[in-house]
Amino acid sequence: MSLKGLRSVSLFTAAFAIGVFCAGCGGKHARAVNLVGSTSVQPFAEFLAEEYLTAHPTENVEVQGGGSTAGLQAVINGLADIGMCSRSLTEEESPKFTATVIARDGLAIVVNQSNSVTTLTTEQLRGLFSGAIRNWKEVGGHDGPVRPITREEGSGTRESFVHLVMAKERISKSALTQESNGAVKELVKGDSAAIGYMSLGLVGKELKAIRVDDVEASRENVLNHSYKLARPFLFVAQGPLRPDAQRFMDFVLSKEGQQALESEGLVRAQ
Amino acid sequence: MKQDKAIAFALMLIALSAVSGLALITVFIFKEGLPLILKSGAGGFFFSTDWDPKAKQFGIFSMIVGSLVVTAGAMIIGTVFGLGLAIVLTIFCPKALAAILKPLIELLAGIPSVVYGFIGVVTIVPFIRDYFGGPGLSVLATSIVLGVMVLPTVTSISIDALKSVPRSYWEGSIALGATEWQSTHMVMLKAARSGIVAAIILGMGRAVGETMAVIMVCGNTLEIPSTPLDPLRTLTSNIALEMGYATGEHREALFATAVTLFVIIMILNIAALTIARRGIMSNNR
Repeated sequence: MSLKGLRSVSLFTAAFAIGVFCAGCGGKHARAVNLVGSTSVQPFAEFLAEEYLTAHPTENVEVQGGGSTAGLQAVINGLADIGMCSRSLTEEESPKFTATVIARDGLAIVVNQSNSVTTLTTEQLRGLFSGAIRNWKEVGGHDGPVRPITREEGSGTRESFVHLVMAKERISKSALTQESNGAVKELVKGDSAAIGYMSLGLVGKELKAIRVDDVEASRENVLNHSYKLARPFLFVAQGPLRPDAQRFMDFVLSKEGQQALESEGLVRAQ
Repeated sequence: MKQDKAIAFALMLIALSAVSGLALITVFIFKEGLPLILKSGAGGFFFSTDWDPKAKQFGIFSMIVGSLVVTAGAMIIGTVFGLGLAIVLTIFCPKALAAILKPLIELLAGIPSVVYGFIGVVTIVPFIRDYFGGPGLSVLATSIVLGVMVLPTVTSISIDALKSVPRSYWEGSIALGATEWQSTHMVMLKAARSGIVAAIILGMGRAVGETMAVIMVCGNTLEIPSTPLDPLRTLTSNIALEMGYATGEHREALFATAVTLFVIIMILNIAALTIARRGIMSNNR
């Protein structure tokens, strides 16, 4: 069974378990504040929840993955109080939800450490990922093939990348498709021909982040808006939040919560 | 007597509920998937290589080819090694050694597929990338991983088939002056043929349907692979990769992919069963 399948199964199981739990104790305890959505936001939300629960042991917050779109779906179905979304909402979606930017994240363009290319323009990136540029020589690198690595259809990271870089161009059909930031990292780490994109907070020391339009991919540059490849991390809800969910949201947007996010590699909302 | 009938009836109900589960799954998949196939038409769905859910293009030809190619690759590896193992274990191997080896091979079947995929990613993929070229994620890597995964199925059922050949066949062949190898491939393998075909069918079922390990080592590209070192996408990996996010027509297209997978497995099974049955008939002659 696939991870995603497992995720949705576990989502149903969790919803079922919560239902049984509530029925069992006759509503004496409120159910947990439920966050569902993007796997890019998930580790940060988990970290926030941990911090929050240490400070407020009586509260109850649960975080689950599933993907940005699945998170929105869970909010509509009432399975989640808050949906986590790692991209801007589409025109179709935005009237249905209230979205709060909790942080911003840079989209890093990563290559293997042995790759001599250090800077690329957005246009060159488009060429590399659409298949128009097939040799690293054409962008000032070694003589060898280019292997673009993309994320699966529907991933928030992919949608942000397409929106920010590809414009109307399509990502090449021969691009390798991986289903997580970790899998992209693993591939780029071992393949000198590879180029991929991932969350800036997750790059680490084993990969090389490329300068885009001659701006370094760093948190400072995302914060001062000079690095263009950045996306919002959203907490999405429908209607007013439950009081306990609102308390968690307030914590996330507080100075404390924002500092916690920064310590984990993200860029604060304002 | 009355009690017997009641129990028989209860058992019948249980049996039917299991079968009706299958029927429900079939109906559900077709109900969700067929409308899109009819809308896109056979040309736009089965024979198009253009898969772009954003642009409402749902062509799965490259995935059909991908699934068939890696299944064929896996069956070549799985059959050569599995049948070889079965022959050695039943005919040429000391009993004591066979008693250790057989359970070990069966243990392979108990390893979760994600572990096979992980081993593939960290060992086979870099090896192929460094020594043969290409991205490493490839037809070859996927075939090797799937080949090892079907090994226990092919081996243990082939062993049972070979063991069920009457001892007198073997003795008769030796008595006529045939060597051990001649007796093996001219008598034993022929007599056990239908069982061996059954072993290959079951292995093939596992190879076509395997998902997790395949996602990790196949590369999931949208092009038809032209060499064994090219990456590919299978029908199963397409469904699993995109299911979590898909809505509307995209979701229907994934169900339509499942319909295709379902039909391919039915065709393979019916074809293989027919061959097996023909084998039994010619044995009886």
